[in-house]
Amino acid sequence: MLTNYGYIGLFVIAAVLFTLFMVLIPIALRFLKIVPHNPNPIKNSTFECGMETIGKTWVQFNFHYYFYALIFLALDVLVVFLYPWAVNLRALGSASFVAVLILVSIILVGYVYAWKKKALEWK
Amino acid sequence: MATAGLNIYHLARLQAVSPDWPGGFWWHWLFFTVVIIGFVLTMVMGVIYIERRGMGRMQSRLGPNRTGPFGLLQPVADAVKVLLKENIVPAAADKLVHWLAPVIAFAPALMLFAVIPFENGALLADLNIGILYVIAISSVSTVGIFMAGWGSSNKYSLLGAMRNVAAIVSYEIPMVLAIVGVVLIAGSLSLNDIVVAQNVPFILLQPLGFLLFFAAGCAEINRSPFDLMEADSELVAGFHTEYSGMKFAMFYLVEYAEAVAISAIIATLFLGGWKGPILPPWLWFVVKIILVFFAMVWTRTTLPRIRIDQLMAFAWKFLFPMSLLNMFITALQVLAGWPTELVWVMIIVNIAVMAILVLVWSRFFFRLGGGRVEI
Repeated sequence: MLTNYGYIGLFVIAAVLFTLFMVLIPIALRFLKIVPHNPNPIKNSTFECGMETIGKTWVQFNFHYYFYALIFLALDVLVVFLYPWAVNLRALGSASFVAVLILVSIILVGYVYAWKKKALEWK
Repeated sequence: MATAGLNIYHLARLQAVSPDWPGGFWWHWLFFTVVIIGFVLTMVMGVIYIERRGMGRMQSRLGPNRTGPFGLLQPVADAVKVLLKENIVPAAADKLVHWLAPVIAFAPALMLFAVIPFENGALLADLNIGILYVIAISSVSTVGIFMAGWGSSNKYSLLGAMRNVAAIVSYEIPMVLAIVGVVLIAGSLSLNDIVVAQNVPFILLQPLGFLLFFAAGCAEINRSPFDLMEADSELVAGFHTEYSGMKFAMFYLVEYAEAVAISAIIATLFLGGWKGPILPPWLWFVVKIILVFFAMVWTRTTLPRIRIDQLMAFAWKFLFPMSLLNMFITALQVLAGWPTELVWVMIIVNIAVMAILVLVWSRFFFRLGGGRVEI
């Protein structure tokens, strides 16, 4: 069992190294004068319709998905509970089905409330 | 070629299970690491060709046909061109984040393939929580994409990245709930066991689950009609506006590697993975991946891009309730013992349930389209 996670761990390292290698090839080629490197202020400016950018980019945007994030958190926890149940449903029997039905209906009250309060509208 | 590969594969597996030779672990790992990276790169080139030619055909134009026979070498030519391009980094960018973003985005796309079986038992690591691993890893790419949007110091990029995060958060839930239906029937989270359990492809037992997973998967990897984060008409190119050369190529690669990964997962969960008559199993698997990918290309050319408010509403008001209902209906059927005893009844009932639910819900509760947004 742990062997499998060993494979995964080693594969993560291999995947990251492979990706780094791919990104580093052009840098190596630049020193061999194959890839050009002629930066100038115009080329390095931020792309925006030919105009210069006004103000900073890293400003606070008013985004509407804090509501979504909250509902997502509640539902994601619910889903974590559903997986062990789903795997073992045949062994657990219909009593577990009722239990899950109750659990989901508790969350669903919040979901319906959010829908009726128009928290799911992107305004 | 095929037989040689098979022999190495059997060798690698035998050595992996043999306890008296510690080198077996490393052979298994090395073999599958090389196979997975090679498989992903080859498949990406293949699907890029299929997408460009297929889209060309569907839009009454030719598509690339000059490089090599039938334009088959076009992806290779693109790769060489992009490798030799200048790397431009904006002066205002956050250099480290800008540079690391493609790495963080691409590594998870590769890691998805670690648990996907190419043949019976032929996979890097047969985790007993396979599908949970897939769900966890598939969202990590978003971090890389958000880093790209943030690090570029470009307002379009940042907007695209923000939209991407919103879409991932919304479509995660229906996607995960659609998988629960499959897990209920198969009784296992390991992808290999799920394939073994499919005497009948689960697309027949779970037609609604397949549709939900397909839609949510398309949104998760930002394919049209859900590609709001790189909507060309609004955001130039979205999060990779400021990328060029090899780093841009990495994002291109991520997009298609994820498309192949989602196709592979759909093929594994719903279409019976490597199962099939006559042809060797791995070939069946590749054929099924390409079929699913072709369906994605087809949706892309058929449907127009939807608005951002429609994108969010579609996830929360249509896909989520549908997937919950689908899960409970499947659970009842499993409790009644239908998947083993009354398979054909279950297939007919579930197709009818899918048709009725989709029609009723889209008629009376939530309708996509129409309306207007105030900005």
